[in-house]
Amino acid sequence: MRGVQWIIMAVVGTVLASMLASTPAAAHPHVWVTIRSQILFSPDGAIVGVRHAWTFDDMFSAFATQGLPQQTKGRFTREELASLAEVNVTSLKEYAYFTFAKADGKTAPFLDPKDYWLDYRDAMLTLNFTLPLKQPVKAKELVLEVYDETYFVAFEMAPKEPVTLGADAPPACRSMVRAPQELTAELSRRLSEIDAATPNVDDKLDDSFANRMIVTCP
Amino acid sequence: MTVRSIAARRSRIVLLIGIAVLAAAAIDAAHGQPFGMARSSAADGGGFARWLLTKQAEFYRSLSGAIRAAKADGSAAWGLMGLSFLYGVFHAAGPGHGKAVISSYLVANDETWWRGVVLSFASALLQALAAILIVAIAAILIGATAATMGSVVRWIEIVSYGLITLIGLRLVWVKGGAFFRALRWTIAARDGACAGTVHGAGDDHAHQGHAHHHHRHHHASHHHAGGACDHADHASAWGHAHGPEPAELAGRGGWRRGLAAIVAVGLRPCSGAIIVLVFALAQGIFLIGVGATLVMGLGTALTVTLIATLAVAARGLAGRLAAAQSGAGMVALRGLETAAALALLLFGVLLLFGYLASERLPGGF
Repeated sequence: MRGVQWIIMAVVGTVLASMLASTPAAAHPHVWVTIRSQILFSPDGAIVGVRHAWTFDDMFSAFATQGLPQQTKGRFTREELASLAEVNVTSLKEYAYFTFAKADGKTAPFLDPKDYWLDYRDAMLTLNFTLPLKQPVKAKELVLEVYDETYFVAFEMAPKEPVTLGADAPPACRSMVRAPQELTAELSRRLSEIDAATPNVDDKLDDSFANRMIVTCP
Repeated sequence: MTVRSIAARRSRIVLLIGIAVLAAAAIDAAHGQPFGMARSSAADGGGFARWLLTKQAEFYRSLSGAIRAAKADGSAAWGLMGLSFLYGVFHAAGPGHGKAVISSYLVANDETWWRGVVLSFASALLQALAAILIVAIAAILIGATAATMGSVVRWIEIVSYGLITLIGLRLVWVKGGAFFRALRWTIAARDGACAGTVHGAGDDHAHQGHAHHHHRHHHASHHHAGGACDHADHASAWGHAHGPEPAELAGRGGWRRGLAAIVAVGLRPCSGAIIVLVFALAQGIFLIGVGATLVMGLGTALTVTLIATLAVAARGLAGRLAAAQSGAGMVALRGLETAAALALLLFGVLLLFGYLASERLPGGF
């Protein structure tokens, strides 16, 4: 009779396993986004928000522009894409714009985006939008992460200058990007040395998985 | 060593495998959930599931380059086909309700391997055709936008998930009934009411059994006791004398139900295929996109067939284990089928209410 119980337990285990194995977390991305972002400052040196320029991959761009009215074939003007930009920004709200900020370790929430539009260049769409911080922050370290936890949208940093600082940035502020999973003990030791000696190194730490921007204002 | 202890040992091995799979899946889920794309990339190298995920993402990503190459040079279309095939194989190995639904269906219904193969191929082909039809009608004929295609897919989704739920409900009803009947009869047999019949022993046992029975149910007539014994005898042989026989399920009506399963699984097109088709259309090579989608379906069918084979083999093993355990084994077997039917129902309900989004089509975003 014990054998029967074992069979039942094996069955229950297998069923549970197959349920777990189908969690949406394991879906593969259908949209690739290349991130370029600018950190915005107020004249008094506080961080007030972030300005994103997200370029979609060509397959998704073709899909998203399918059926949209256009004057010239192969081209879309900002006006022709205005309604799509509206839809994009509206539906991004549900995902918190995939953008998460921490100022000196404390979560800094964003307001709804403003100044948004879509550009179409080389058959690729770029969504431009500004995310204002709810409250401007003066922080020694602002960490900005851009990701989709369901891995439906794959975010990648642009190879060149993925993050820049806005016009009013205090001259001492620096920006860099970092790949969190690469932070081995060895690397963090090297990092701390580099940070102390030359604060402005970003390219050495960058790799294709990086999705974290760090702004330091000593 | 007795037959029973060999069976117990084997079922213990089955249990260990189950636990291992469960543990691996749990670790995988814990890994994936709280992190963004960075940590679910190849860089953390977390096992087979991660590898599959990375591979299919890679293949999917290379599809756009292959489509552009095919536009520039027709012979590059062969490369695109190869890539599409690999994407189909790996994509089906990743998460998605298709395999889970087909496997639970096969286990619950005690279907043959051959029928599993047909089910896998037919549903994959239907899935490819659904994607092709949607893009051909919506994008080419009507000139619909991505948002419109998204809502079409959502409606198809609701129908498909509703069908899965209905199939699950029906199987839970049939298999659950058979399970409880088998359970009742086995318990009745164990209580000694029909000890004589079950053990096929002499007068001594039978007499004891009857005495016991009369002792517990003073009002029970002798005739009634005899009836219960007949049932118990059945239970130890097959345990579902009043439920449908496996042969019945595999009969002509079985094919009709199989068709319902094919439609339920295959109706919902793969989002990736729709995006690939629209991209091919934008490049002016829609027909090459159609070919790529069909080849993708072929790859998907192969993987689903493999998983269906595992499901049918596991069901066969469970059947043999159960056969070695007389009446109680049948209870376990009916329990297994009921569990598979419940899983199917659960999949349907979860999908229907969006708790288990298998794939979103990026309509709004």
